[in-house]
This record gives sequence, C-alpha cells and structure tokens, in this order.
Amino acid sequence: MRESVGKITGINGNMVSVGFTGPVIQNEVAYLAIGDLRLKAEVIRVRGGVADLQVFEDTTGLTVGGHVEFTGELLSAELGPGLLGQVFDGLQNPLHPLAERCGFFLRRGTYLEAVPRDRAWAFTPSIEPGRRVRAGDVIGTVPEGIFAHRIMVPFSLQGSWVVEDVAPAGEWRADHVVARLGDGSRGHEVRMIQRWPVKIPIGGYAERLRPTEPLITRMRILDTFFPVARGGTYCIPGPFGAGKTVLQQLTSRHAEVDVVIVAACGERAGEVVETLREFPHLEDPRTGRTLMERTIIICNTSSMPVAAREASVYTAVTLAEYYRQMALNVLLLADSTSRWAQALREMSGRLEEIPGEEAFPAYLESVMAAFYERGGVVRLRDGGLGSVTIGGAVSPAGGNFEEPVTQATLKVVGAFHGLSRERSNARRFPAIDPLDSWSKYPSIVGGEDLELARRILREGNDVNQMMKVVGEEGTALADFVVYLKGEYLDAVYLQQDAYDPVDGASSSERQRHVFGLIARVLRMPMGFEDKDAARRFFQELGQVTRDWNRAAMGADEFVRIEGRIGAMLAEVAEHAQDLSAG
Amino acid sequence: MRRIYRRVERIAGNVIAVRASGVGYRELAEVVSARGRSLAQVIRQEGDVVSLQVFAGSRGISTEAQVRFLGHPMRTAYSGSLLGRVFTGSGEPRDGRPAIDENPTEIGGPSVNPSRRVIPRRMIRTGIPMIDVFNTLVESQKLPIFSVAGEPYNPLLARIALQAEVDVIVLGGMGLKHDDYLFFRDTLDEAGALARSILFVHTAADPVVECLMVPDISLAVAERFALDGRRVLVLLTDMTNFSDALKEVAITMEQIPSNRGYPGDLYSQLAARYEKAVDFEGAGSITILAVTTMPGDDVTHPVPDNTGYITEGQFYLRGGRIEPFGSLSRLKQLVNGETRGDHRTIMNSMIQIYASFRETQEKMAMGFRMSDWDRKLLRYGGRFESEMMGLDVNIPLEGALDRGWAILADCFEPAETGIPSRLIERFWPRGGRAGPGPAGG
Ligand SMILES: Nc1ncnc2c1ncn2[C@@H]1O[C@H](COP(=O)(O)OP(=O)(O)O)[C@@H](O)[C@H]1O
Ligand SMILES: [Mg+2]
Repeated sequence: MRESVGKITGINGNMVSVGFTGPVIQNEVAYLAIGDLRLKAEVIRVRGGVADLQVFEDTTGLTVGGHVEFTGELLSAELGPGLLGQVFDGLQNPLHPLAERCGFFLRRGTYLEAVPRDRAWAFTPSIEPGRRVRAGDVIGTVPEGIFAHRIMVPFSLQGSWVVEDVAPAGEWRADHVVARLGDGSRGHEVRMIQRWPVKIPIGGYAERLRPTEPLITRMRILDTFFPVARGGTYCIPGPFGAGKTVLQQLTSRHAEVDVVIVAACGERAGEVVETLREFPHLEDPRTGRTLMERTIIICNTSSMPVAAREASVYTAVTLAEYYRQMALNVLLLADSTSRWAQALREMSGRLEEIPGEEAFPAYLESVMAAFYERGGVVRLRDGGLGSVTIGGAVSPAGGNFEEPVTQATLKVVGAFHGLSRERSNARRFPAIDPLDSWSKYPSIVGGEDLELARRILREGNDVNQMMKVVGEEGTALADFVVYLKGEYLDAVYLQQDAYDPVDGASSSERQRHVFGLIARVLRMPMGFEDKDAARRFFQELGQVTRDWNRAAMGADEFVRIEGRIGAMLAEVAEHAQDLSAG
Repeated sequence: MRRIYRRVERIAGNVIAVRASGVGYRELAEVVSARGRSLAQVIRQEGDVVSLQVFAGSRGISTEAQVRFLGHPMRTAYSGSLLGRVFTGSGEPRDGRPAIDENPTEIGGPSVNPSRRVIPRRMIRTGIPMIDVFNTLVESQKLPIFSVAGEPYNPLLARIALQAEVDVIVLGGMGLKHDDYLFFRDTLDEAGALARSILFVHTAADPVVECLMVPDISLAVAERFALDGRRVLVLLTDMTNFSDALKEVAITMEQIPSNRGYPGDLYSQLAARYEKAVDFEGAGSITILAVTTMPGDDVTHPVPDNTGYITEGQFYLRGGRIEPFGSLSRLKQLVNGETRGDHRTIMNSMIQIYASFRETQEKMAMGFRMSDWDRKLLRYGGRFESEMMGLDVNIPLEGALDRGWAILADCFEPAETGIPSRLIERFWPRGGRAGPGPAGG
C-alpha cells in the first residue's frame, strides 16, 4: 500500500489546494483533517507538486497547513445486496442510519457503509469449483425483495480466474467470503460486496443492443405520442413550475420496470420527501410489494454540498448498471441534470478554466454525452437482457431551450419531452408540448392513427393561429371543426389528471382501446349547422369522454359511457349525411 | 488564544488581505481602524495570505489596521429576549437597547437530513382568495412574491404575516428603504405583533456586506425557535438586493460571471437559504415568505429565474393583484384535498375558464365579433377579477368557494364549465342561481 500525504496550501470555497509528496492519481479520493473530522474530497487537477481538490463538504474551519491523506482509490460506490429501498446522499451515505446517529441535521465528515453489514442473506451458489470465470460472472444469488440478486465476480477483476472454493448455501452476511478465485500465482476472495469507481461504466456483458421495447409509463402523451424505450434515454426540459418533477414522480410510480433509481440532484429536498414517505406505503400492483422495495433514492438536494451533487448522478447510474447486470430493467430519473452542470460550472470557475457559453466549461457536452451513453440494453453473458433507461430533467435558465445544457442534452438523447409554459399556465397537464416534442422510439399504437392524430394537432393549431388574426367569423366551418377536434384530442387524451386514481395511470391496453375510439372521432366527417353547434357538441363529447377516462376499464360505467359516446357519434355522422344530402 | 495582526497587505472592494497562520476558513475577525470597528470574515486563503470580507466595507481602513481573529465563524445570539427587538445584519442592536449574546449559534449551519423531513400538511390561512383558494400557502413552505418595483409587496407581506397563525415572525430586511423598515415596525406594533417579532434590518444606507448576512442570521434564529417547538414565519425582503450584493462581492473577487454579471453559484447561494424552510417532526417549523423584485418586469432575469427553480411556487403581484397565471403554490395539493370537497374543482375550473376569458379579451382587442360564448366569458372574467382577484377581498376560504360557485352558476350552464358530472351533481347551486352555498363538504 502506498501512502501519499499532503498539506493544505490554499482554500477557496469548496476548492482546496494541497501540496503533496508521493504519487497522486487524478480523481482519487483524499481526506482533509479538521480536528477529529476527516472531510472527503476528490482530486480534480494536478499541477507540479500541487493538487486541487473539490471537497464534498462545507470547508468552514479548514486551515492552511492542515493534514491531507490520499487514499489511492477513485470515488467509488459500494455494490451488494440491500441497496434497494435505501436513501443515500450523493456519496452513497445512507440517510436513515445517518439520521439515527446525527439527528435532524446532516453532519459533515460522517461516512457510513452503504451496504448493510448486520443482515444475513440466503445465499445459493450457482457455480462449482474448477470453473473458469471472469469479471461479472455469477457466483450465486441471494433473494433481495422479489429479485434474485446476483453475486458476481468483481467487475474490477482483470483476466480469467479459476474458482477454487464456493461457500455452501446458507445465511451469510454481505462481507462474508462466498468464493475464492485463483489464477495460479495469486488468489482473490469474492464477497457479496464490491466497489466500483462511479465515473467509469460497468462492463461485463456480451453485447449492447438497440433499444426497441417500449417502456410503459402509463402516461398517454408519452406512451402513445412520445414513447420511451427500455434502455433508451430522454430528457424533460422546461421552465420552473411546468411540471418536470411531477412528471418524474408519476413515472417513478407507474413505469413498468423492475427497479427505479431516483436521483434528486440539486433541487428541493421537500420533493424527495413525498417519495421517501409515501413509497413505503404504496403497493406496486404488479408485484404486490411496496414501491419502496423496487426504488433507490439518491438525494443530494440543493442545499447539500455542491461537489457531491456532481457525484450523485454518477453514483445513481452506477447502481443502475449494477442491477442491470442482474437481467433487470432499471429506470434512472435525474432531477435535475442542470444542477449537476452548474456544479461543474462552479468548480470550473474556481479552477479558473477558460469559460464557454454562459460560463459553462468547454467539456460540458462531452461529459453529458458520456453520462447518457451509460443508458442502454445489454445482452448478458448468460443470454439474459438488462437495461438502463435514463430520463433527465433539464432546468434551462430563463426557460430558454437554446441554453447550453439543453442543447448538449438534445444532441444525445432519444426522446425530447419539452414542457411549455403556456400549457402549464393553462393547466394542461402533463404540459408536454405536442408540437415541439419528439421521440425516436416506437409507439404502442399503430402508425396510421398516430399520423392522423399528429396531423389534426398540427392543423388544429394552424387554424387556431389563423383565428387569432382573422377571428372566428373569418374561419370556415370545416377548419373550425378541425380546430375543435385538435382541442378535443388534447383535452381528453394528451391531458391526464394525475390526481385521479383511474385517469392517473392508463395501461397500454387501455390506451390502445381509447385511442382507437378517439381516432374514429378524428377521422369522422362531421356536419354542423354552425360553429356554436359544433362547439356545443365537442364540449359535451369532451365532458363525456373525460368521465370515461375516470371510469375503471371494464366497469359497467366504462361500458355505459362508451355506448353513450358511440351514440353521440352516430348522431353527428347521420347529421353529416343529412347536410351533404340536403 | 488571541491572534492580532497589524499589517494589511491589500485593500480592494470590501476585501482586505493579511498574512496570518492558523486561521480557519470562514473564521471571523475584528478589524479596528481609525474609522472604528467592524467584523470581517475569511473568504479565501492562499498560502499565508488570508482574504477577509469586511462587513462595514473597506472605506477608511488603513494598511495599519489591527486585525484580530476570533477563532469562530459568524454567530448570532439566541434567546427569548430577542423578541420585540431590531438588529442590523451583523446582529448589532439597531433600537438603542443593549446587545444580546446568550447561546451563541453558528449561522449558515448544516442542512436538515432529507430523511428527517415530513410532508407538510397544515394550511396557512390568509383570507386572500387568490392564495387560499387557488394557491394555498402551507406551513413550512418557501414562497416568494415576484413583483415589479412600485407594487405593494411589503404591505402584502405584512398583511399575510399578521393574518397567519404563527408563534414568531422574523423579518429579514435587505436594502430596505428606511420608510419601509418603519412601515414594518409600526404595522407589527399596531397589530400587537411586535412582541412576537424579531427584525434584522439592513437598509439601503448600510454597508453592502451586512446585507449578505441578513438571511443567514434571520434563518439561524428562526431555526432555534423552530427546534424549540415554535411555528416561525420568516419574511425576507428583498432577495434581489441580497443577490445584487452577492454579485458585487463576486465581481470584487474577480469571479467569472455566468449570467448578467451574477456569479455561477447564485442558484446554490439562494437555495442554501430557502431550503432552511422546514417542519421539524415533533417540534416547530419555518415558513419563508420572500420578496423578489423583478428588474424590468422580466421573470427570466437571473434572480427571479433561479428563485423560481428553488422555491415551492411564487405569487406574481401585478397591477395590485395576485395574477393567477404564473402564480403557483407547489404544496397546495397537500392541503386542498382536506379543506372542502369542492376546493379543487373550483380551483381548476375557475382558472381554466379565466384563461379562456383572457383569450376572448385578446380577440375583442383585435376587433373580432363576439360569439355568445365570448360574451359569457367576458361577463365571467369581469366578476372573477373584481370578486376574487382584488387584494381588498378578505374572506375565509369557505366563503370564497361559495362565491366561486355563485359566479359560475350566474354565468354558465354546467356542461360549459368542463366540471365532471359527478361534481356538478354534488355542488352546482340548485336552480342555476347562487344559493346559500353547496350542501356537500
Ligand atoms: N401532471 C400534473 N397534473 C396536475 N398538476 C401538475 C402536473 N404537473 C405539474 N403540476 C402542477 O405544477 C406544479 C409544478 O410542477 P413541478 O413538477 O414541481 O414543476 P417543475 O419541476 O417543472 O418546476 C405542481 O406543484 C402542480 O401544481
Ligand atoms: Mg422540479
């Protein structure tokens, strides 16, 4: 073991310069002494005999001349059974145990173990001595909630090894040695816990595939119009208050995936609390277990140390990749990636680097791209599939999508859910702009109906724009009907009442059924005496369809309302014929 | 150990530098010069050169000023005897009464562990329908009033403070006009609320660095009261002045500005303060109401923009009224489900129809013919603005909801409102005209 040490030579906010002796590695972790405390920091630049460190804690009280120890290890996450259901800060400090120890407030310099050591797991070996293995191969499994948590050969182990010994089936703690490996000259002990540097993607799979399977969010506007794929990436930019966080919260509840990782990155603590307090009591209808059992929260909110904010998204994606290796579908939701970009900007400023646009560092784009590249579907060596889907909220300054973070993100993601201020002001939730947004992934409904719906939205919007100039009286009745159809589609399908127990989550089956009927409305020729009659018809149809949205699929109510809609449509259809005949 | 240095190496802006050793980062020092005494805080260290920000500014400081390090960061006193008192941003009495130094408490202390936070559940009643009905204020919320200069934001702040049922009011004034300071003091006094209030006031005439201390010192005191079980309301006015002080200091320190001269960490700086709003499980709470004036009425200006991303909503004050569009209480849904069964319905439908009214107004301004529907909307809009939006309206939530139904029933047929049928059946006033109020609850 090498022991590099140093002394503090300068302090500027959370950046500390350290004169050192011995080797120092870029991005290695170091601890700064302050009284009995040791504050965690990361090397971010080395020049001559001076290393610049970003400190993950408040630096109040540090002194020039203070002692620094370098660890030789890159900033790493601890991986093992028992991560699900936990709440961590950006450095993977478990927050519940921390509260037990420190009370209401966070206390700097207190670092606890992420993987619980006091719990025994029922280990089932799945490999025999004598087999050849390499990094990522499965040694055995332990049940973690509803999943078979795979205990794997550490991802950091290089080359090929022979299994010399495997622990028998039994109850073992996470730090128990479950296998011994050898390669002739050296030996290696495998435990249930391993460490992995968060800024490096986890490999150990056979191949990466193209994301094609839809990830159902049960939000109509997403699944039907701007779908997300398992293993895909998407972003949600929007001005404040447009609904980014609510959208992510809804997704974290309803998305049809195995594991959800919520990275609350530099935004309000209060928003995490709802998840934190409610998920342990909410049942996941697909599994019958609580939502918390499939969720990990990484919580580095806005008043928590800025440098740890940057670490938090990497910690989150590392945990996501870890569960992906167990052939699970993982969804990572980061709110907000802009805060992480700002953390980069703050540090870049302290390093006095040459600033790019809006003072963001020049490497912003490549850093964002590398992060989203960690999403994907992979085929594991045993043939199983695992995926990491990444959805990032973006908080553009002034709500202007031309700013650097939004632009850098748009270049690398597969879907864009742009939230608009007009729609949120008009309480048209989810306030995703149906004309601006896009997705490269396949929808759950057929192409023709979808094309029709998009066309009506576009044309309806055109008519609306035109009406602003020429007025309703200058608009042809046929055009006016197109406008009403667009508004209808918006009101009963794009908009969704998140707080209604039925409307709040719409299964893909229901979406296909409802969308079929809506498409019929859109396709239908309609005749009306005048615009007032048309408006009245659509007001009533809208009312009835919204009631329909609130009726559980298959319930009597649902069937009854569907019949009523059918009757209303038959009536206008007849009327259309009368008009064209007469 | 007292460490005294007598040679100032550099003076620029409000920052001085001395050569010293064994100094802690953010430690406080006392600077004594011919002009008097001032506190100063360590903001940067490079080798043995220590840069300090001088609270009273550097004007009149000589290179031979005496700098004495105090061995601790900025602190404030905490005791019940703070109540009814007025202090400066650095905690000195401003009311001519003796200083208080009990229970020194560090300001800008650590964050609350998010796992110890609870979901806020208590509504704060203000008697203002635009708040109570449409954007309910919730205990432990952090919420700014976005306003252009000239709007009555300070009277609004004072009115909410007096109507809210809280135990302690802490006012943090930043760059206040002296008149406004006196307005707050007198208003609190007349309402008999001064005895449960503490004022930390920085006026436009005071040194800019003291402005920076106001939120931290106010919130540190509030936090102690809250931990002792009190429900505390913190009023911060005007946070744009605070941000401008940050900008001034950042520029003196030659930091690279990110946006219109503001430092790149403006978001984090503001968040560190606003996130002090909290409900301590088993103890008291801190609710923060702030004022953010918008230069040029521009909500995309960095100060309101960053603020909007941090706070739990905002009230737009424009033309003497709280605007329904853009105004938002992000916590309202945590409480408006438990008030009265029709609360959410009135909230949603009245605003949606009001949005249509605004469109019709635009059409009318362009000279288009008004349809029957347009005429209905115009009638509705007029009544909504005078009977719900005016700041002179002061009625309890229940009265405002009844009034909402009355206006809807006077102006529309049920189906025109877009309200779900089952709610119409429950709440629509019988006979189509305003009755004594809905039967359901
Ligand atoms: N899907 C939705 N349904 C109903 N209201 C919503 C929805 N999305 C957002 N809102 C409203 O908008 C507010 C702000 O949403 P939020 O997601 O916090 O915005 P952002 O994260 O973009 O700042 C919420 O508090 C809520 O009142
Ligand atoms: Mg948000």
